Amino acid sequence: MPKLLSVFIDNRPGRLESVTKILTEQNINIRAFTIQDRGDSGLMKMFVDKSEDAHLILADRGFACALKEVLVISVPDKPGNLHRLTAIMTENSVNIADVFGFILEPDQRGLCCMEIKEPISKSVRESLVESGFTILTDVDVNQL
Amino acid sequence: MEINYWNKDVETASREDIQAIQLSRLREVVDFALKTDHYKRLLPKAGINSSSDIQTLDDLKKIPFTMKDDLRQNYPTGLLALEFKDVVRMHSSSGTTGIPTVIYLSKDDLDSWTNLVARSIVATGGSSDDIFQNMMSYGLFTGGLGLHYGAERVGMMVIPIGGGNTGKQIQMMKDFQTTSLHITPSYLLHIHSKLAQSGVSLEELNLKRAFIGAEPHSEETRQKLEELFGIKCFNSYGLSEMNGPGVAFECEYRDGMHIWEDGFIPEIIDPETGEVLPDGELGELVLTNLTRKAMPILRYRTRDLAYLYDGVCRCGRQHRRLSRIKGRTDDMMIINGVNVFPSQIEEVIMRIPEVGTNYQIYLTKKGAIDQLTVKVELYSKIFSGEASQLDQIKKRIKEELRASIFIHPQVQLHEPGYLPVFEGKAIRVVDQRDQM
Repeated sequence: MPKLLSVFIDNRPGRLESVTKILTEQNINIRAFTIQDRGDSGLMKMFVDKSEDAHLILADRGFACALKEVLVISVPDKPGNLHRLTAIMTENSVNIADVFGFILEPDQRGLCCMEIKEPISKSVRESLVESGFTILTDVDVNQL
Repeated sequence: MEINYWNKDVETASREDIQAIQLSRLREVVDFALKTDHYKRLLPKAGINSSSDIQTLDDLKKIPFTMKDDLRQNYPTGLLALEFKDVVRMHSSSGTTGIPTVIYLSKDDLDSWTNLVARSIVATGGSSDDIFQNMMSYGLFTGGLGLHYGAERVGMMVIPIGGGNTGKQIQMMKDFQTTSLHITPSYLLHIHSKLAQSGVSLEELNLKRAFIGAEPHSEETRQKLEELFGIKCFNSYGLSEMNGPGVAFECEYRDGMHIWEDGFIPEIIDPETGEVLPDGELGELVLTNLTRKAMPILRYRTRDLAYLYDGVCRCGRQHRRLSRIKGRTDDMMIINGVNVFPSQIEEVIMRIPEVGTNYQIYLTKKGAIDQLTVKVELYSKIFSGEASQLDQIKKRIKEELRASIFIHPQVQLHEPGYLPVFEGKAIRVVDQRDQM
């Protein structure tokens, strides 16, 4: 499964920059990111090309950070597809703890990145595939 | 366990013998006190015109208390019993709150002090085999020089590096295979957080013990330090008015600090009424220095809250033990009418592994209501990456604080390294209520 890098940073000027600076110095490419606002602090979540390296270097510089496996699903960029996806999750009682999505322009796909507590079952996988969705691997995400 | 003593006769003396030493030294020191401007004015009013007015130790109660303010008002020489030519050292407080206080020592005073420090070090198992890295500041502050000379007298190899410069501290600990440290608890915690960055592992060090003092800390902090480093941490108590370190020190059993009763008479009083309390009761520690002739100080109110307890320690010493300092009479915060000590908050924080060891307490006002905000740092190695973990940590700290101090605190969770690091005494409480 693809690995999402979460970094806990204070919500004040310069903290996000301190993370991007280190990643730039290490020549690490950020493929996608989002930030969850938590008042005094924020949680930066990102896909990077060398996730293990990025995790180690940030931890070494004293950041509270973690790598987490997440479910990344590719859906055709058409009306109703996100709804179809969430419906499958609902039918199977899968709780989505956190989620963010983004569009890949060239091939008109939407990517939905979900944090869920338990790995999804085989039947959920099958329902997703039947609906025309693709579950991406770590390698897939890196090659986007 | 083999027990080492520096001065076995005095250390293992019976209570009667200790009291006999105290009485004879008290009488001697009262005569010196009567040579100072301050006590010359004060003692006769209390019916004490010479040492012959002190017949028993109970007569100590006739002597009025000496306050910090008396030291300020007598700056610079109102408490000096000798002439400058007989003084070999002075120490002084920083005077950040106004007039500084000053302490004088004669050659003999310095010798007595150094012997008490040497005795303290040997009681922890320290010997001439040890390499001692002294991370307390040198200079006017008594902490650095006090331990320095005591350790030299024991025959330790002393590294007089002083405070700060963490990278260099770690390098020297490694290069010289330092066994013993003298350090504040907060700085020792900070050093641990910097070890990984310095590329030095604990296995490359040879640490055995740390003498921790100069700031109040909880038992939880001591245990955390001992676990983090795999060493023994010994509580040390001293204050410049009583020379400095070496007033009370833990022995190898680390079960309370032995207060060296041939050097000091400790009393515990009710800070409100001044009434002397029995052993076991918490109150303000009052100390009389029995050996210092250049500047005698009788019944000094330390403003430290603690209790004394008796009972022969397994080490064979009968000098009573002083509890951990529970707070200072002037550290006590009154939050919406509730008395709270920073140490109570620290105890809670140290129990929670998901947060680091640095913390700060902010007091503000919202209308007429006091607000307590506790700022802590997320411990980088335990973060799971989940937002729910962050909420749980905050909730747990809030609930445990509410159970412990009956106040609903705000908790701010910050990234590691956010809070200021103090290389000397940590400033834990920021009270902004007056500015609101």
